[in-house]
Amino acid sequence: MKSASTQSKHGQDLKRQHQPNLITRSGSYFVRHAQTLIYTLGQLLRDPFSMLMTATVIGIALALPTGLHVLLKSAELLSGEIDGATQISLFLKKGVNEKQAQQLAGRLRQMPEVGKVRFISKQDALKEFKQNAGFTEAMKALDENPLPHVVVIHPSIKHTGEQAMQKLLAQLQGMVHVDVAQLDEEWIKRLYTIMDFIKRGVWILATMLALAVLLVVGNTIRLAIQNRRDEIVIVKLIGGTDAFIRRPFLYTGFWYGLFGALIAFVLINTALFLLNDPIERLARLYHSDILLSSLDAQTSLLLFACGILLGLAGSWLAVGRHLRDIEPR
Amino acid sequence: MIHFSNTTKRYASGQDALLNISFDIEQGEMAFITGHSGAGKSTLLKLIALLERPSRGQVIVNGQNLARVKRRQIPYFRRNIGIIFQDHQLLFDRTVFDNVALPLIIAGHPHREISRRVRPALEKVGLLKKEKHYPITLSGGEQQRVGIARAVVHKPPLLLADEPTGNLDSALSWDIMQIFSDFSQVGVTVLVASHDLELISRMQRRQLILKNGQLQQDNPAQS
Repeated sequence: MKSASTQSKHGQDLKRQHQPNLITRSGSYFVRHAQTLIYTLGQLLRDPFSMLMTATVIGIALALPTGLHVLLKSAELLSGEIDGATQISLFLKKGVNEKQAQQLAGRLRQMPEVGKVRFISKQDALKEFKQNAGFTEAMKALDENPLPHVVVIHPSIKHTGEQAMQKLLAQLQGMVHVDVAQLDEEWIKRLYTIMDFIKRGVWILATMLALAVLLVVGNTIRLAIQNRRDEIVIVKLIGGTDAFIRRPFLYTGFWYGLFGALIAFVLINTALFLLNDPIERLARLYHSDILLSSLDAQTSLLLFACGILLGLAGSWLAVGRHLRDIEPR
Repeated sequence: MIHFSNTTKRYASGQDALLNISFDIEQGEMAFITGHSGAGKSTLLKLIALLERPSRGQVIVNGQNLARVKRRQIPYFRRNIGIIFQDHQLLFDRTVFDNVALPLIIAGHPHREISRRVRPALEKVGLLKKEKHYPITLSGGEQQRVGIARAVVHKPPLLLADEPTGNLDSALSWDIMQIFSDFSQVGVTVLVASHDLELISRMQRRQLILKNGQLQQDNPAQS
């Protein structure tokens, strides 16, 4: 009788154990995930050197396309700024003096097709020329200033269409004092073509390096799985599900991705810091205030998202391939 | 609890590990499987734990026809069985406590409940004082008892042991058998594969004797 009652009590225990109530279950679900997350981090930090090596490889692979992307983006901004101001340069005839030139500029300002007018006297042009181009010595050899006065015109917003531009160009060409009216557009088109080309190159590079990250993480996880073969067998023997066994490896991949992205973040910001000076000078040449002092929030977010996703995907691939092979015998 | 009917296991090599085995074991019964090595003792346990599938015939455990248990369901099925191995199969990078807690962690029990269950299991095998030790620092007999604590911590209705005393001297072996007896007293079905005939005869329990994959004798308990 006594044994029967202990038996039924035991049976109740069994039932309870297989139907834990939902609240503790979902609560402990998150707790378990958090525990696995911390546990895998601890495991990685036990051997920080090898972890750092793998993370650095991932970091470099992530930093390359991200860095190129940043440079390209700023080049785009720069060219956009120039493009917004498609301009016509009026090179004035040799004999035109500064007063006449100023008058012409004044007249141009009145025209409805014209937005902004900038007058560059030949003295100013010479000064700028000397500063920028390193022709100082050659210029000194010349007796007189060979440069003409220039009036730079930005068409008003309404008149930037192809046809309107051509009409304006012809009109300006016909004006007195004007030697040549030149539309500065060709080189922008060329720049865009080159940038399209580079952009595609960056995408191809990014794809290949993403594949590299996938393989690096996958291989690292594969080794981790082999190292813990015995543990996996034991866990399977006592009723661990595939999801339970998979989880720590996925989180390991997560950490690799995160640390790789962190390293890439540091690498890119260091590179930008080193490039800051020449970029600033370049920007000044284009009368732009574009600055590249650090990664912007959007790109950083993208970098970290990509790193983590690739880490997870790489470990998922490795786990899917190798976990099934390990079965208790 | 365990029901075999005309069960045959033929390995890919063509060798019949088990041939037309039929028997029943009741809930709460304690039984031994004996026989020379290679007689099929381990294969029989593997069929019960779904480590292998039978080539022919039926295996029913705890009312569940194992042929109908899909691969995905195997982990959940195994949680109803405590398995004890000759080589203990402990995790050497975790403490005794963590080793014993593993089945509960796998089943997703909350933290509080885990320590509430691990301590009694360790107490039962007399290792409560060593819960913070690592298995490598324990003797063979102690390691085996950690394995037992892990097998029973989630209170499975069925306990399987494959040569649990293989590496132990007779006094330690006897202790381990007493622990198994205690579990069968409270309704746990215990099935032990062993070739330690002297120990088995002292236990006076039911014996299933295998020879060349066939059930040669089924001796009932002597008490």
